[in-house]
Formats: sequence, structure tokens, C-alpha cells
Amino acid sequence: MINSDTTILEKEPERAAASTPVSLARRIGGLSDRAIAWLFITPTIALLLAINIFPLIWAIRLSFTNYRANRPNAVLENVGLQNYQRVLTDSDIWIAMQTTAHFVFWTILLQTLIGFSLAYLIDRKFRGHAFWTTVILIPMMLSPAVVGNFWRFLYQPQIGLFNYIVSYITGVPPSSFEMLGSVSLAPWSIIIVDTWMWTPYVMLICLAGLRSIPDYIYEAAEVDRASAWRQFWSITIPMALPFIMLAVLFRGIENFKMFDMVMLLTGGGPGSTTEVASITLKREAFESWRTGRASAFAIILFVAVFGLANIYVKALNRVKQR
Amino acid sequence: MSNATSAHSVVEPSATTKRIAGIIVVVYAIVTMVPLAWIFMTSFKSPPDSISYPPKLVFTPTLEGYCNLFTTRTRQTAEYIESLGPPQSTCDEITRSRNMVIAGPSNYWPRFTNSMVIAFGSTFLAVFLGTLAAYGFSRFRVPLADDLLFFILSTRMMPPIAVAIPIYLMYRELGLSDTALGMILLYTAVNVSLAVWLLKGFMDEIPREYEEAAMIDGYTRLQAFRKVVLPQATTGIAATAIFCLIFAWNEYAFAVLLTSGSAQTAPPFIPTIIGEGGMDWPAVAAGTTIFLVPILVFTILLRKQLLRGITFGAVRK
Repeated sequence: MINSDTTILEKEPERAAASTPVSLARRIGGLSDRAIAWLFITPTIALLLAINIFPLIWAIRLSFTNYRANRPNAVLENVGLQNYQRVLTDSDIWIAMQTTAHFVFWTILLQTLIGFSLAYLIDRKFRGHAFWTTVILIPMMLSPAVVGNFWRFLYQPQIGLFNYIVSYITGVPPSSFEMLGSVSLAPWSIIIVDTWMWTPYVMLICLAGLRSIPDYIYEAAEVDRASAWRQFWSITIPMALPFIMLAVLFRGIENFKMFDMVMLLTGGGPGSTTEVASITLKREAFESWRTGRASAFAIILFVAVFGLANIYVKALNRVKQR
Repeated sequence: MSNATSAHSVVEPSATTKRIAGIIVVVYAIVTMVPLAWIFMTSFKSPPDSISYPPKLVFTPTLEGYCNLFTTRTRQTAEYIESLGPPQSTCDEITRSRNMVIAGPSNYWPRFTNSMVIAFGSTFLAVFLGTLAAYGFSRFRVPLADDLLFFILSTRMMPPIAVAIPIYLMYRELGLSDTALGMILLYTAVNVSLAVWLLKGFMDEIPREYEEAAMIDGYTRLQAFRKVVLPQATTGIAATAIFCLIFAWNEYAFAVLLTSGSAQTAPPFIPTIIGEGGMDWPAVAAGTTIFLVPILVFTILLRKQLLRGITFGAVRK
């Protein structure tokens, strides 16, 4: 930083020629606003160029080649759009996309329903609501990988706490079902952990939405003798809707990229029943070492998230303007 | 949902509504705490207790899990163990009762230290760079500023594995694979986008007039930034730092792909803890507990900033 400061300063002859030595702070302080703006922004931009943009361009380049990271010295061949074509016609990848969609749909549905209900209840401002809000928040602060790993223990048939509690409530023997090992239950085991972990996030955003509704609207509705039910559907829900939609957007993006929790709970299994897009991508890139094809898949995923998010944001803005 | 009750008929809900709402929320909170309580309890169980059926609620607490977490052990004959003399520590005693001796320290502590170095290092860098950039974007006309900001933020939409492919290749070329520096730079780059975005919001809230007044009083722009803007932005900077720290502390995908040995952090390490003949669940639970405690303390101590940061960050976008 000091170097770049002085080079800029050297362009100012009268300062450089000043006979009295000035402290460095004074000299930087005398910079023009424009110089300060660039001085402040450049390091961040440089870092992002080096670690975000440059690798992204590299990945785009690789996606048109047959490059394999485990054979760095092999001759690099340009294969044109072949990688993209293969990815888009690969039935395994489409199955992974469906698995991901299934996972995103159910987690968002559950998290929004539970999260909004909780926010609504907390907004009744019962005694101690601030404390209990903090308690509810705890799961979302923790590491999905570390916690996901521990849920594997809770899900063990027979010895696991989850199976035991389910059997205690329903009477089904605790060793009669395997959350992680059975094809039909494994996706739900992930949905449960994700919901446990991220409902608080949806709740917080919904809470912000509920608190943004001014009291006078309810007071006016009261004067008009609108029923509580009516108030809920024609004031609370529409006014909180942009916030709910935001929460859905963030959870959607996050769960579309979900990797760590699934990796540690099921690793994509049994078979490939819980293999979400990120896990397929990891297999292609770091197990089959088809780097070129994996890059093509990565770029398709990015374009998909980016495109869907943009369409969604447009819809969201329309709701906001109403 | 309790909206069928007269929750909205007055702006202040009735006592009954409050009580019902309170009970439901408290029950939910307690249920979500069960898995965490179970982790904590398991860390003090002996390995046989941890896998007993039905799961044991009452048990004799032992430090075996913590001992196993921090040590590596080898099985020895009873005669050899007798010949060793009195045990040196509690862990020594527990280990010998299982016919084993402590062979040396495990990798947990180095991994935990890596996590600390990488999380704090990247948080410091991200917040430092983010504060400067946010001030730049907030106060000066930067060409294409909105596009830049949007682009910076959109890089977070990429799946981490997609980002990891080219980073993996780049780090291999540069010799940054499996180094703390590499991880710090990567986490900084990921976090700085969020930091700039959040901090720009906080900076926009500080009236320009404050600095302008200071500059009329003879402060330079930088002095005004340091002595007027920074103190005003402290809460925002704290909130941002917590977010960056939590991300870097919890991150798994990059860590598992880009580190394997000397720079490995705790999240990829904890799942690899195994005992003789199957998972050593008390040791895993002990490692998990130690890893989660700092974040728990943070969450409780800094809940106000955290709440502000989450809702603020989300609502601005």
C-alpha cells in the first residue's frame, strides 16, 4: 500500500519538491478524493479479479477442452461444445437436477411454513421472546458439515436418538427403518436436517417483515371492524410477502448449491438417490477427473442459478411495487 | 398457527394469545436444542454407553471421549501396561483401563488451530478491505459502481465446487494448495463480496454532513474517514465481522477439496475421527462440542449485532 501511495504522490511535483519532510499520514491525507476512491477500492477489486474472475474465465476456457486435472501434461484438445452437449444429454445429470429440485422444493416449503408461523408467534411479543428467539437461532450458526456428521449418529437404526424418538411416538420398532440407508427415507433425512438448521433464517426475515408493518394499518382495520382472519389475509400476508419471497430466494440459492450436509449425511447414497447437483459435480471433477466436462457443468449450473434468480427478482420487484 | 384467535383485534395481543404463542415457541426451541444437547451428552459418555440401546439418558460421565479426541493410542498387553508404573494423568488412566497406552497427540489440536488462524485471518482481511471498498463505493462516484457491486455479489451464487475446480488448478500451479495462506485468500475473496455489500449499506446510513463538517474544520478526507466515519460504523463493522467469521469457521466444501494435511481445518477433519472397530462417537461428539462452543458463545454474546446484520443484509438485497 505504501508503495502505491508514494508513486501517486510523485506525480505531484510541488509536494515532492517540498523541502520540509511531511509525515506519511499527512501526505496520504492530502490525496485527492479520486485517488482515495481508487486506493480504497483497488485492493478489493484486485483480490476479486485474482480469486473470482480469473478462475471463472479459466473454467470457461477449460469447458471447451478435454482437460483432465490428473493428467496435466496431456495434449490439450479443443472439443468445442461437446462437453456442454454431453452434460445436457447425460441422464445421470438430469436425475441429479431432479433430486436437487425435489430437495429445494421441500426444504423451502417446510422452512417457509414453519419459519413464518414462528415469526408470527414471536411477533405476539410474549414475555421472554427475545431470549427464545436467540435460542432458536443457534442451529443456523453452526457448521453444516460438523452438525451433519453428527446427525448421522442420531439417524443410526437402533442406537440413534432419532429412530428411538420416532419409535417412542409412533410405536414402530426403532430398528425397522433406516433413515440414511433406505431409498425412500434418505432424501427426507436430509430435508429434516436442513429444515432444522435453516428455519431460523426464514423466521428472522419474516420477523423483519412483520415488524415493518405499521400499527396504524391494523388500527384502521379495527375501526373498519375487519375480522382477525380478514386482517391476517389482507394485511399481514400481503405486506410481509416481499420478505417471505426474499427468504425463499436466499434459501433457494443456498440449497441449489447444497453440498456439505448431503456429503456428510449420505454422500449421495444409497445408490444415487440423494445425489444433488453439487455432488455430481464433485464426482465429475475430483473423482472421474473429467475437468473439462465438469467445468461445462459448473458453468451451466451458474447460468441456471443466475438466470432463475434474476427472473425471480423481477417478480419480487413487481410484488414490492404493488 | 394461532391466527384464529383474536391476535390482531388489538395491536397489543391479549394475554391468552401471548401465552399460547409463548408455549409453542418455547416447545419448538427446546425440540431444536435436543440434537445439540445430545452431542454434548455423548461427548461425556463412554464408547459402550454411547451406542447402547435404548439410548442412555442417565450415565456415568467420563472424559474418555475428550481423551480419545486429543490422543492416539496403541493396544498393549496387560504385562506391558503393568510394567509402566503409575499413570501420569486422568487420560492415561482411562486409556490403560482399555488395555491401551497413549502413543502421542492426535491431529485435532493442529486442525483446530488451523481453523482459528484461517478464520480470523480471512475475517480481518475481508473486513479491512471491505470497509475501505465500501467507503469508496458509498462516498465517491465510481464508474460502473452498481454493475461492479452486483457482479461482486453474484459470484456468491456459484456452487462452491464450481469455484473450487479452477482454484484447485490455480493453487496447484502457484503452490498454494494445502497452505493456510491459500485458504485465507480464498475465504477473504468469498467474504469480501458480502462485506462490501453489508458495509456499504451501513456507510450509506452515516450522513455525509458529518465528514464534510470535519473537513471544513481542517481534517483531511482520510482523517475524517478515520475519526468520524469509522467510529460511527463500528456496529456495522462488528456485524459484518461476525458473518465473515462464521462463514470461514464453518466452511467445508473448499476446505475438503483444497486442504488435506498441514492446512486442513477442523470441519473436514472431525468426520474422519474413527476408533477401533467403528466410529468413536464420544470422541466425535467431543470434537464437535469443542468446535461448536466458540460459535455458541459468539451467538449469545453478540446476538444484537447478529440480528441486525442478518435482517439488514437480507432486506437490502
